[in-house]
Amino acid sequence: MSVLTRDTVGRAGDRSAPGGAAPHRRGWWTTRRRDQLAGLLFVAPQLAGSVLFVLIPLGLVFWYSLHEWNVLAGTFEFVGPGNYQAMADDPNLPSVLRVTALFSIGLVAFNLSLALLLAVLLNQRLRGTVVFRTLFFSPVVVSLVAWTIVWGFLLQDNGGVNGALGVAGVDGPNWLRGDWTALLSVIVVQVVKNVGLNMVLFLAALQGVPAELYEAARVEGANAWTRFRRITVPLISPTILLTSIITVVGSLQVFAQIAVLTQGGPGTSTTVLVYYLYQRAFQFHQFGYGATLSVLLFLIVLVLTVVQWRMRRKWVFHEQ
Amino acid sequence: MRNRLTAVVALTALLGLTACGGDSAESDGPVTLRMTTWSANEAHLKLFNEIAAEYTATNPDVAGITFDPIPFESYTTTLTTQIAGGNPPDLAWVLENSAPDFVTSGALVPLDDTLKGTEGYGFDELAPAATKLWQADGKLYAYPFSTSPFGVFVNTDLVKSSGAQSPAELIAAGQWTWQNALTTAKAVQAETGKAGLVVRDFDYKGWDFLSTVWTGWGAQAWSEDGRTCGFNSAEMVEAMTVLHRGIFVDKALPGPGTTADFFAGDAGMTITQISRASLLEGQKFGWDLVPLPAGPKGEYAVIGQGGMGVLKQGRNAEAAADFLAYLTNPANSAKLAQFFPPPRTSLLTAETLAKTNPLLSPEQLQEVVIDGIADGVVKPSHTGQAELNQAVRAALDPLWRPDADVRGVLDGVCTAINPLLAK
Repeated sequence: MSVLTRDTVGRAGDRSAPGGAAPHRRGWWTTRRRDQLAGLLFVAPQLAGSVLFVLIPLGLVFWYSLHEWNVLAGTFEFVGPGNYQAMADDPNLPSVLRVTALFSIGLVAFNLSLALLLAVLLNQRLRGTVVFRTLFFSPVVVSLVAWTIVWGFLLQDNGGVNGALGVAGVDGPNWLRGDWTALLSVIVVQVVKNVGLNMVLFLAALQGVPAELYEAARVEGANAWTRFRRITVPLISPTILLTSIITVVGSLQVFAQIAVLTQGGPGTSTTVLVYYLYQRAFQFHQFGYGATLSVLLFLIVLVLTVVQWRMRRKWVFHEQ
Repeated sequence: MRNRLTAVVALTALLGLTACGGDSAESDGPVTLRMTTWSANEAHLKLFNEIAAEYTATNPDVAGITFDPIPFESYTTTLTTQIAGGNPPDLAWVLENSAPDFVTSGALVPLDDTLKGTEGYGFDELAPAATKLWQADGKLYAYPFSTSPFGVFVNTDLVKSSGAQSPAELIAAGQWTWQNALTTAKAVQAETGKAGLVVRDFDYKGWDFLSTVWTGWGAQAWSEDGRTCGFNSAEMVEAMTVLHRGIFVDKALPGPGTTADFFAGDAGMTITQISRASLLEGQKFGWDLVPLPAGPKGEYAVIGQGGMGVLKQGRNAEAAADFLAYLTNPANSAKLAQFFPPPRTSLLTAETLAKTNPLLSPEQLQEVVIDGIADGVVKPSHTGQAELNQAVRAALDPLWRPDADVRGVLDGVCTAINPLLAK
């Protein structure tokens, strides 16, 4: 069977078909072609969606990046690499990339460590864990903008957060007006919103770790930290890879929180790349340059994802 | 296999593009016009719909006119996105701060011929002060349907309970100055715990609303020709120093990150356009409307404007211009005057405005509205305004700290915007 090719299987199928047409007369409509068509039909909806909503827009963005597009005047002129040259000379871009890197590193580190900590804590067989799991997951299903607006009120100088700190005798800062507190606030608001999703993924992974491994380690005298480091982390590493890819990509696309909470300020302390490209394209009407920044963002996301995927062999269990 | 797959992808793409492409050709039958607005006020839309219904009844070429409200905060962004997406409205309201961009870019259709050619239109009675911003090369590109001066609304109950002199008393004594206004605001904050004076819509981001303050010192964001930065002028430094002290020392104005809505009774005074008077309907507290306080350079007025233009990229530009001429003719202008102070001199009388603005007294209308429109300085605007807005906002942010070096920050603003002004 192993030496049969798909073609020989197809011919065998044709010969056994009613009417038993001879090989040279079976014509164009072979089983192989039928399989191919069926396969294509199965993937067609997904393929059409990807082409329409991913590939074509991607191509168009690249095409726009080669043009100077003045929306108001209705002009669309080919400038070749002009926008890419402008990007290389853009005095704001280094600061934007620095803020983006700080934001992403902070968000990914905080999100993954908190999600793992919560998952480990809620993986115990104790009363009330279901309530806490629900509690931590519920922000994931809340509307993003509504969530952010409420946090905007809480983080005001005279808002709920400082009110609570005041009760504890702490004079809280003006969270959204300080350079580093504004960035920290946006990170925390985003992490609290989405940490539940990673927590659930980690929980599922933790529950897949065989209990006998822990038992054996305990018999061997391993303490809790060693068990976590030597058993838990390696066995859930595929999930760590998945969550880190999702979180890194997500961190580079955070927009609504910044638009609602800080509009990139104070100064430019929260102007990350995606918000900066929105400003250039939609507020300053520089759609060509905005598209160029989109290409840059796409390349950054692509490179980071590829790097993470390639590095999996070094640390992800089952991938060696 | 690969070739066939490529063919399928190409075919799908082609189908997708065909499906996305709308019919851009002008059809022969009756057309439907669309106008974008930043007002979703029911009374405004009702009036617009009534005027539109009268127009369509006598113009069979136009089947209907829809008014499409877009939130004020994202108005210009949404409008330009609609244009970029190939779905431009036929007519659009344009904010004064984007006027130079819209007027000079060629986005709008010149209106002179249509308006002058409309019988009984009275083109010559449009006040030059009102139309100035909307003209380029001697042509009018948008009709300034709303020329709304800024005034100070006063919560007389709060001011009274603070024991401070009220603006009305100060005006009567000839002492309605910024210094005294801030003293009253400080007293309101100290005695009632509510905000003293709120520059509405500023919120430490919309810096152009501060022109309602610094104009009293004779300061300007940039020179008349738009080439020279005015933020580090001696007048601006003085005005901003007074403002900074008012915020961080006297607490006369709420600090950054603190919200206080005058119309919800949370502030003693607010500077805003008089078209916001409608928000006072049914309010429980006593209120007053007075002109802006005098600055060291004497009395002054600041106006905000809204224009209505016909988009060149719209599909029915000719019909849209004709409807605009109808919507803004003398009879309809008189109807619109109940919401938007008109640019027509014949309508700019306390008597006419009083008929349609029952909340305001004839004195308030004369002092704040009519005098304001005649003498007012329009809020700052410049080509490339959005980029300038962002640059000024970011460079001004360090000013909104208690220990700010006012002069240093304002020098920084000029450093940031000089390259943009030179463009």
